[in-house]
Amino acid sequence: MILLWLISILFIGGIIAWLSERINPNYPRLIALVTVLLDLLLMFSLLGAEPGDGGWVASVDAGWIPRFGISFYLAADGLSVLLLLLTAFLGVIAIGSAWDEIKEQAGFFYFNLLWTLAGVLGVFTALDLFLFFFFWEVMLIPMYFIIAIWGHENKNYAAMKFFIFTQVTGMLMLISILLLAYFHYVQYGALSFNYHDLLAVQTAGRLEMWIMLGFFIAFTTKLPSVPFHSWLPDAHSQAPTAGSVILAGILLKTGAYGLIRFAVPLFPEASMSFAPVAMTLAAISILYCAKVAFAQADIKRLIAYTSVSHMGFVTLGVYAWNEQALQGAVMTMLAHGLSAAALFMLAGGLQHRIHTRNMTDMGGFWAKVPRMAVVALFFSVAALGMPGLGNFIGEFLALLGAFQANITLTVISAFGLIFASVYSLWVIQKVFQGEYANAEFDDSHLSDLTRREMVYFGAMMIGLIWMGMYPQSFLELSQPVLVELINSTESAIAAVVQN
Amino acid sequence: MNITLADLIPLLPLLITTGTVVIAMTVIGVKRSYTLTAGITIAGLLIATLSAAYLMPSTNEQVTPLMIVDQYSLFFTVLTCATAMFIAVFSFPYLANLDDHKEEYYLLLGIATIGAIVMVSSNHFVSTILGLETLSMSLYGMVAYPVHSEKSAKFPLEASVKYLVLSAAASGILLFGIALIYAQTGTLEFASVLNVATATPGLGAGFSIAALILVFIGIAFKLSLAPFHMWTPDVYEGSPLPATTYLATIGKAAMFVVLLRFIEASDALVFDSVILVISLVATASILAGNLLALLQDNLKRILAYSSIAHMGYLLIALVASYFVEGSISVEAVTFYLVAYVIMSAGAFGVASVVSSSEQEFDSIDDYKGLFWRSPWLAAVFTGMLLSLAGIPLTVGFIGKFYIFFAGVEAALWVLLAVLVIGSGVGLYYYLRIVYSMLKSADDAHNFNVAVGKNLSSHAVLAILFLLLVVLGVYPTPVVSIIETISTYIL
Repeated sequence: MILLWLISILFIGGIIAWLSERINPNYPRLIALVTVLLDLLLMFSLLGAEPGDGGWVASVDAGWIPRFGISFYLAADGLSVLLLLLTAFLGVIAIGSAWDEIKEQAGFFYFNLLWTLAGVLGVFTALDLFLFFFFWEVMLIPMYFIIAIWGHENKNYAAMKFFIFTQVTGMLMLISILLLAYFHYVQYGALSFNYHDLLAVQTAGRLEMWIMLGFFIAFTTKLPSVPFHSWLPDAHSQAPTAGSVILAGILLKTGAYGLIRFAVPLFPEASMSFAPVAMTLAAISILYCAKVAFAQADIKRLIAYTSVSHMGFVTLGVYAWNEQALQGAVMTMLAHGLSAAALFMLAGGLQHRIHTRNMTDMGGFWAKVPRMAVVALFFSVAALGMPGLGNFIGEFLALLGAFQANITLTVISAFGLIFASVYSLWVIQKVFQGEYANAEFDDSHLSDLTRREMVYFGAMMIGLIWMGMYPQSFLELSQPVLVELINSTESAIAAVVQN
Repeated sequence: MNITLADLIPLLPLLITTGTVVIAMTVIGVKRSYTLTAGITIAGLLIATLSAAYLMPSTNEQVTPLMIVDQYSLFFTVLTCATAMFIAVFSFPYLANLDDHKEEYYLLLGIATIGAIVMVSSNHFVSTILGLETLSMSLYGMVAYPVHSEKSAKFPLEASVKYLVLSAAASGILLFGIALIYAQTGTLEFASVLNVATATPGLGAGFSIAALILVFIGIAFKLSLAPFHMWTPDVYEGSPLPATTYLATIGKAAMFVVLLRFIEASDALVFDSVILVISLVATASILAGNLLALLQDNLKRILAYSSIAHMGYLLIALVASYFVEGSISVEAVTFYLVAYVIMSAGAFGVASVVSSSEQEFDSIDDYKGLFWRSPWLAAVFTGMLLSLAGIPLTVGFIGKFYIFFAGVEAALWVLLAVLVIGSGVGLYYYLRIVYSMLKSADDAHNFNVAVGKNLSSHAVLAILFLLLVVLGVYPTPVVSIIETISTYIL
């Protein structure tokens, strides 16, 4: 029941926030903040809950469209809870980053923000595949509005591209979901979209591969991975800061979650035969996008490409499909959620102050904004995988696990860490160190971080240090889920390995 | 055959609509009053809707050899009458300032509705043609209605003549196909057309295939399926908006019901070549509709091309009905038609509400900044457009889900691929309109968005919007009704 509350609070809060604008233009942001904090508090109650059958700490199951065997089935286990917490936490951060930036149509903005979050929560908890698809698409529309209304100079193009990429690949997933449901009908005599029922469906051979590809393409478009990544740099560079935070921090993670929860467990055999291809794509993503990132002058595009690069480690970990690798993938998701969100906020903060994202106009800002420079250095170092911070744990574990599955690709991917150091430090050097790049540069608005900004950057720093120093508290939550997933697919995978 | 009074009860919706037209005509003869005529028509259509809804659970009769009044036809009678009523409400403010006689418009609207009711209840070629011609004749009039007006916003005469000529040609083809079927079977009932497909006495299978394809082409003309779609954008653009709405919703839905009944009853799909022709037409319609819509800047033309694509989607479910056991594809067609009528009526409705017979706002640029000028209208319009694009939380998504489901069960991979591509392309032009509404408003294109003047039109929009969302989120009641009624088709 609590899951239903989590989602509906956001939906209702969004509507109230929109309407409240008529009373006072400052109410929407307050209401949004209160709503998300309320959600966050409710989620903490999930942490203490005893897992029931199959490790689900909470679930709701109600009839919805019986004609198709569709039910309103939400459930959360350790993995979901971690991602729910990430969503709500970054939701608060996103509201914080929009606090002063969004002045026009604030009510509608927070409405869209909360509805996106609600859609994401739905994606992380839905266990009926129709419902999952429903939420998958629901989170698109408000995100489209966020980019299209409050975005920057080329927002129409970026929003459209984002929408079409995700929607079209989503339709491929819909076909796959329908095929699965249809096979369930053929094999068990009843239509069902229930996750547990569909796990039992036997598919084989080429058909299984095609169905799996439907899921794979939808998820790796969202993740994103080469070759479906080209929407991301546009969407990120055009979105307002809060939009980038949500996109990089949360929306990308729905793709990774989908791979772990659906793509591999539903089609273990096809996934394992496909693993070398997926891992190759991951390695290409890691190296190619790191290289491309280095070539960017637009700071937001740069961070966007590094996101694709880091998400490569997630794909790598998922398709290695062993405990360390999966733990690594999950840790990378969480840590990257924080570090990328923080970097986008810094970039957004800079843009807000000096009205450009072009790094050639920047340089030598350290003297002027020391606090911002230190914060930027911290998150850059986190992103490049400095031991002691969350990203290191994630990428290290992912590589460790992947090493057991495919040595060559792991070795190649490991170079990504070196590239990451290069571009991360390069950004710091370019923006904060050296000479003032442009003599006529108007720096009158370049002010250092405010106290409020320091609070949420501080919160994210604590999060990353916590993940880096004591990852056990996160690993503990996801470990039983991942072990269970691995066990359930073990026999099928063994068969593939034998062949 | 003696017809008793009891036999006429199933025809009640038809008789009420006819009565409404007669009363309205008499009233016009006595005293010209625009409000009164419109009021009578709207009230009559409301009563017809209610009577059809009341009859629906219990009625299943063949009334004369010409008409079948079963739950399926009554379901569409409800849909037709309700939509006609909504369009009458939209027409009222639209025509209010027309510098010509305005009252007769409602007679045409009523007569067209009679034709549509006959069509959805038809399982005999004679009633099909009667209904179709009644509908079309009235539509020529509705399309050309502002023709004497000095300040007419559009080019109604051009639209009407174009529609008349092409429609007559299509009727000719349809009649020729029917004649061939008659030559083969000696009957005009859909059910006995079965002989054409299975037993082929005398003239051979090739003859039957030609007959079936000619009938299909005749119908495809009226449904504006590619490559018989040329007239659609011009007629849509040239007509006054309420007439366009009528043509796009009831005109299409009634014709598709006839096609569905004919295909299911005659078993036409046993011929591979018939399936091939329908599949090709579906592919051509989806691709042509969506791609050509990309090039348009006029709202009515975009919606015209999008309707071509939507008819193509429906054909996928129609083809699937041959391969799938059970009624799922008939349900898919039915649900999609309901969804299509709701979202088209809504989308055209928004345009009607802001337009009038003197000035129509049908360029995308006219809607620039609507989100900030009238959030309510913009929200309705966005909802309708997203529904046409098949995005969740709207009825269009459930409709598309049905089509996908039927297609997957029938394993129509090529058609599904076309559907995915077509929908992907479609997103672009729907979002283009949405994006235009999101831009900041400049004052150049202001139209009056005040709700006060057209309260009833806004109420209809509210109803359509509510249906759009409720059926998109919780479709179960309608899904189960459709599940029941679809068994009558098979």
